[in-house]
Amino acid sequence: MSTKPKIPTIWDIPREELFAPGHRMCQGCGAAILMRHITKALGKDAIIVEATGCVEVTTTVYPQTAWKHPWLHIAFENAAAGASGVEAAIKAMKRKGVIPKDKKVKVVAIGGDGGTFDIGLQALSGMLERRHNVLYIVYDNEAYMNTGIQRSGATPYKAWTTTTPVGKVWRGEWRPKKDIMGIVLAHRVPYAATVNPAYITDLYMKVRKAVEIEGPTFIHAFSPCTPGWRIDPALTVTVSRLAVQTGVWINYEVENGEFRVTTPVPKRKPVKEYLRLQGRFRHLTEEEIAEIQRMVDEEVERINKLVGKTVIGPVVE
Amino acid sequence: MAGKKKLPLSGNTAIAYAVKAADVDVISAYPITPQTTIVEKLTEFVANGELDAEVIHVESEHSALSAAVGASAAGARVFTASSSQGIALMYEIMFIASSMRLPIVMAMATRALSAPINIWNDHSDFMAASDTGWVMMMAHTNQEAHDDIILAYKIAEHPDVLLPVITAIDGYFMSHTIEPVEPIEREEALKFIPKKVTWSVLDPDNPVTMGPLGTPEWYYEFKRQQHEAMKKAREVFDEATKEFEKVFGRRYEPVEYFMMDDAEYALVAMGSVAGNVKAYIVKEARKRGIKLGLIRVKLFRPFPAEEIMEVISNLKAVGVIDRALAFGSSYGGPLYGDILSAAYTRGVDTPIVNFVAGLGGRPVTFRDIKAMVDATLALDGKTRKDVPKEPYFIGVRE
Ligand SMILES: Cc1ncc(C[n+]2csc(CCOP(=O)(O)OP(=O)(O)O)c2C)c(N)n1
Ligand code: SF4
Ligand SMILES: [Mg+2]
Repeated sequence: MSTKPKIPTIWDIPREELFAPGHRMCQGCGAAILMRHITKALGKDAIIVEATGCVEVTTTVYPQTAWKHPWLHIAFENAAAGASGVEAAIKAMKRKGVIPKDKKVKVVAIGGDGGTFDIGLQALSGMLERRHNVLYIVYDNEAYMNTGIQRSGATPYKAWTTTTPVGKVWRGEWRPKKDIMGIVLAHRVPYAATVNPAYITDLYMKVRKAVEIEGPTFIHAFSPCTPGWRIDPALTVTVSRLAVQTGVWINYEVENGEFRVTTPVPKRKPVKEYLRLQGRFRHLTEEEIAEIQRMVDEEVERINKLVGKTVIGPVVE
Repeated sequence: MAGKKKLPLSGNTAIAYAVKAADVDVISAYPITPQTTIVEKLTEFVANGELDAEVIHVESEHSALSAAVGASAAGARVFTASSSQGIALMYEIMFIASSMRLPIVMAMATRALSAPINIWNDHSDFMAASDTGWVMMMAHTNQEAHDDIILAYKIAEHPDVLLPVITAIDGYFMSHTIEPVEPIEREEALKFIPKKVTWSVLDPDNPVTMGPLGTPEWYYEFKRQQHEAMKKAREVFDEATKEFEKVFGRRYEPVEYFMMDDAEYALVAMGSVAGNVKAYIVKEARKRGIKLGLIRVKLFRPFPAEEIMEVISNLKAVGVIDRALAFGSSYGGPLYGDILSAAYTRGVDTPIVNFVAGLGGRPVTFRDIKAMVDATLALDGKTRKDVPKEPYFIGVRE
């Protein structure tokens, strides 16, 4: 049974900032928007464990920090393992009366796509499988951005990166993006959802829900990277919204196996509108764009089948 | 407190009993021979309600130590254990645990490193950990292995130290060998190592950022402080062992001396091979009138250079037994490297020679020890210039 809380409006989002300005993230960084609103949704009573990556290095340049939460970074591939340890410690100390039993402490792990889809996948699987009471959030900017835009398992088909360059033989990344949600859902987690920085109330609701649910929960967040995607810093939200409007990104949640699209798109825009704003897709030919359109159409069809009705409509030019 | 009931315990079980007495909150470990039975015993304690701890059945050693870091950062008393390939897999996080100043205790049942894969004992894994910023001890009896765990928490959690500690035993030779051990009971253990969080922890009521980015402007200061903490660890080791003796009646020194009072020659060793050397000294060397003694290094990090050199400076010749190899180094075995540096900086001229022995579980026999003693005695009257530039590889097919 899915619980449907009142849909929040922008006025329901707390004004108090728990993610301080003055960090070193790029102008227009999608992850900055995400962190600001994720921390608001979490509220004060959370411990955050972060993987190495852009968010980590830009927000904690010693002796400064952007985090008003207790925050821990250990390494690149182990946010899920570190969070497992934090959660287990709290559990043990509550049971032994070291910390009050009614003290609310949520444990949240945050990692980039590289730290989650690739090098951190094993630790993530372990954390999910052991049923730790942890919310894991991946901000997916579709490459290793911190080290300078190298491809990851999350890099989309045909995207240029510094390790999938466009040359006489190569045309960018030639493999499709890894299905991280499929992998996570195979662990039968009680809750998993996708979020997008252009849909803040949806994000807010999902983070709140995920963190309240007992057991391992997961959020996959769309996270434009201005230098990595070669986009105008003013267009982060536009690109994010276009991702949803074109069906490249679908906002949904899966609660106890029940699948629900939270941002229905009755009329889809052509994928080209999303691609053309990004330098990483500049090299694409009409045929290649048509191929990507076909791939998106297939995924939309799959999702509609899953829901049992057309929640994402056809492309309307 | 002498005369208490003794139990027949393997090295690994002796460690598990001490961990139980320390009332750890979180155990995070992954199976590997010859460490595994430590954690098997601990989970048995937890399963029977004899120990109240969270057990994290991690999916790798990398995650074992990562979860231990997380748990320690949250304020729990944490234990992990590993060997060989597990230590190699933890390597990245070992540096992080020490630099984050988290008082994690890890037991190591030492074992050779692959390749070729080999589950038997040497010190390759222990020595690989030697520059990771952990305090490191190696026991020689199962009682000592047991007591080291209690000492380890005492040192690790001391506010002037706050470093993780490795307590090692030799795989199989100790981990799976039964000796009488007088276990420390929980109540007396907790009097000696009270549960008190002496380090900064993750708490929403008092938020801190742990594990930040350290730029060139700050990184070095972190490292400098770790060096100071190591020096403090030595002071605290001395205090802790004194207090331990008062309470439990057993005395531990950073270095154990065996028949050194009148010795003219010595072998330096670590771990179980020291037992063979002791037996050789009594049964063979002394009977033949050779004034041979043993210097057993218990505390490896911080390295007890002063006391070792004080003794070595009065000897005619010394042999250092290494159970690992530092490939391509200017010395040979890692223990020898430390001894040589200590000798140089303390102006000790005694000729000191290196023996590499017992790799991958190869037994170190009386015949091997005799070869080492003969080579050491051959340096009598010689200077350090006459010391062979290569280690003697003892008991190997050339
Ligand atoms: C074990 C290890 N390998 C490689 C690195 C180098 N490294 C640091 S961050 C990073 C990429 C991070 O990518 P992602 O997780 O996608 O986060 P992003 O920087 O894109 O936000 C890499 C490769 C590292 N720190 N540790
Ligand atoms: S490189 Fe990309 S992900 Fe990293 S801070 Fe800049 S915009 Fe954000
Ligand atoms: Mg990334």
